[in-house]
Amino acid sequence: MGAEAREPLQFHLETEHHPQNGTLLGFWLYLMSDCLIFACMFAVYGVLGRSYAGGPTGAEIFELPLVAVNTSLLLLSSITYGFAMLEMQRNRQRGTLIWLAITGLLGAGFIGIELYEFTHLIADGAGPQRSAFLSSFFTLVGTHGLHVSCGIIWLITLMVQVSKKGLIAENKRRLWCLSMFWHFLDVVWVGVFSFVYLMGVLP
Amino acid sequence: MSDHPDLAKLIFGRLTWEAIPLHEPILLYTFIAVALGGIAVLGAITYFRLWGYLWREWFTSIDHKKIGIMYMVLGLVMLLRGFADAIMMRLQQAVAFGDSAGYLPPHHYDQIFTAHGVIMIFFVAMPIVTGLMNYIVPLQIGARDVAFPFLNNFSFWMTTAGAVLVMMSLFVGEFARTGWLAYPPLSGIAASPDVGVDYYIWALQIAGVGTLLSGVNLLVTIIKMRAPGMKLMQMPVFTWTALCTNVLIVAAFPVLTAVLALLSLDRYLGFHVFTNELGGNAMMYVNLIWIWGHPEVYILILPMFGVFSEVVSTFSRKRLFGYTSMVYASIVITVLAYLVWLHHFFTMGSGASVNSFFGITTMIISIPTGAKIFNWLFTMYRGRITFELPMMWTVAFMVTFAIGGMTGVLLAVPPADFSLHNSLFLIAHFHNVIIGGVLFGAFAAINFWFPKAFGFKLDPFWGKCSFWLWVVGFYFAFMPLYVLGLMGVTRRLNHFEDPSLQIWFQIAAFGAVLIALGIACMLIQFVVSFRRREALRDVTGDPWGGRTLEWSTSSPPPAYNFAFTPQVHDSDAWWQMKEHGYRRPLSGFIDVHMPKNTGAGIILAGISTVLGFALIWQMWPLVVLAFVSLLATAIGHTFNYKRDFYIPATEVAAVEAARTEQLASHV
Repeated sequence: MGAEAREPLQFHLETEHHPQNGTLLGFWLYLMSDCLIFACMFAVYGVLGRSYAGGPTGAEIFELPLVAVNTSLLLLSSITYGFAMLEMQRNRQRGTLIWLAITGLLGAGFIGIELYEFTHLIADGAGPQRSAFLSSFFTLVGTHGLHVSCGIIWLITLMVQVSKKGLIAENKRRLWCLSMFWHFLDVVWVGVFSFVYLMGVLP
Repeated sequence: MSDHPDLAKLIFGRLTWEAIPLHEPILLYTFIAVALGGIAVLGAITYFRLWGYLWREWFTSIDHKKIGIMYMVLGLVMLLRGFADAIMMRLQQAVAFGDSAGYLPPHHYDQIFTAHGVIMIFFVAMPIVTGLMNYIVPLQIGARDVAFPFLNNFSFWMTTAGAVLVMMSLFVGEFARTGWLAYPPLSGIAASPDVGVDYYIWALQIAGVGTLLSGVNLLVTIIKMRAPGMKLMQMPVFTWTALCTNVLIVAAFPVLTAVLALLSLDRYLGFHVFTNELGGNAMMYVNLIWIWGHPEVYILILPMFGVFSEVVSTFSRKRLFGYTSMVYASIVITVLAYLVWLHHFFTMGSGASVNSFFGITTMIISIPTGAKIFNWLFTMYRGRITFELPMMWTVAFMVTFAIGGMTGVLLAVPPADFSLHNSLFLIAHFHNVIIGGVLFGAFAAINFWFPKAFGFKLDPFWGKCSFWLWVVGFYFAFMPLYVLGLMGVTRRLNHFEDPSLQIWFQIAAFGAVLIALGIACMLIQFVVSFRRREALRDVTGDPWGGRTLEWSTSSPPPAYNFAFTPQVHDSDAWWQMKEHGYRRPLSGFIDVHMPKNTGAGIILAGISTVLGFALIWQMWPLVVLAFVSLLATAIGHTFNYKRDFYIPATEVAAVEAARTEQLASHV
């Protein structure tokens, strides 16, 4: 300590200072703000989820087997994205792309089933205009579905970029961001599945 | 348009010639004036061949300093619009008594008070706050730019896109007639079937994207890009308050996005989230929007607390009293900001327990705020105070804000609120804290950092004229509203029966005229200062005897801010450098790594404006077209990997040599 105190203080760096890259932190902060949007949607569903207005209830319209398939697709896509990241860390471009493609297909399957569910509900007169319960249901599930769709567009874009530029540092960083996004949507879906579907079919 | 009604309806949606308010003389003359002014400005830019310069050096710039300045310009321009609304309301209320209906019909008056609130909060206060943080924070922490320079440019243009949409509503269609928070069911499709609320929704959604991204950006900047050695508890207080504010932005604005999205689903697709029918719940809207809205007022005031802290310690020539308590007070305010939202609607009927909880949390906020006031006073105590303009604004703030704070605590008492709710007492209270806090803070900041941004001080004579007119005008304009509020006069009325009230409204209108003169003096101050810039020149880079790093570089700073990244050992880093007789290095310059300009931000925001306009008027083919091109442009932008470049050491050496010469000429 004593020796240090006698040294004259250095007030600038002689070399260029490179601060840490903040992209992952920034993206994580964005995800937390996105999480709040979901929190609002959950809260709205919490308030309106039993306002059937004489219309159908959750127990009447939710088809749990279909939702179970859907949930498995999405959970599986998180695992396959994980495999893509493992391949990326080993710098294997081909493997990364294959696992990304599988992830994208699983995501598309999820969206396909969700759209099927939505169109059937609307055709059966259980559309979002029927009651506040259905409005909040469509909003919450739809917001999630919209996010997954954006994720798929992003995933395709990244696949093109990886095949064009390879696994360069920028592309790896982007894959990390999409990874966080994808897993985040999975976690949200676990909430949607439990809170909306499982609790919804309770009498 | 009328030959093929179906085709016209498909392309133009709800937009017809009736939407252009040719039958309203006030709007028509305003439009003519704005159009002539606009043509003059555009003509001048073309005549002086400035388009290329503006595009290259400003519109596409990712330099945080230029973006900060553009934010401030946006805020000040919109202040003129917001104030025009204000003085129209003051005039109407001063004359519309008994038989006189005044000059503004209710239909128009309701749009004006809505637009006034929306513009002043979203497009005056927010751009000014964001602009200040953008300009000052990277300089205070010794960084070259923000963490995401492109996002910064994009955020600015998205905010501007929102402002453009609000301005368009003046001449194409109309604005909301709902009050600035657009409560349903009034803002629902049944009560407001026209485009006003849609302008409101899309302007705020588009601007909100910008605000949220700039919040993330500045947070990461402060967390990751501080100069080596600068610990969190050594950050300048303004940077600390900026950190707290951006936490609030990231944690509050998503709620606004969500609630406005739900309102649009109700309006566009017939959902029943906030409707009266089929189980909807309008009070949920009020809860949600205030969960955003209350943090919002702290988003505005916290950076100003930072400004006052910097100003007080600089002009008292003392270290800030109670730095640590100042930081913790800011953090406590940040947390408490989320625990008070219900005090905006005690009358909703949540019951005594809920109201008591929110009443008490509200009163508790006055403790950290009071601590801050005492810290500023103790900083001044035995300081060598010089009453330059920033210091004058600070003293005016402390007096005015203390009054506004006390009326706030009064309103926080639920039983009192039951009679004061929605009265002019409330209007007086929040103008007292927002003008006395945010605007006075903005003016202190502008006078304080103007020489840093432009290299010359602002003219003190016209600044003082503006100061006294503003401060005196404020008291004339708002103290009568306290009296009227206590007499039970409610807000948002455009006509009164009781002639005994008129004198108070006339006094308030007189105050508004004084404020108008104050604004005029401020504009004159800018012009006079520009013309006298050689006399007002700051060659040192440190015109006030500053304490923090932004004063260690030249005025205006070079593109790279600091030729060498500073190393920090103390919270008043530049003051310590001066005390140690620090000499800036004159050789050994290195290449500086910088981000490259891009036009993507302004293009994306331009398409967003078109998308918003098409959504408002329900021009569905244009909506699809705009959305697809937005997506394509955004994806296209991600294929651009070459986003940075190096400023060669020789160029740095040349810039620094010029500064050495300038410094020598001064001594």
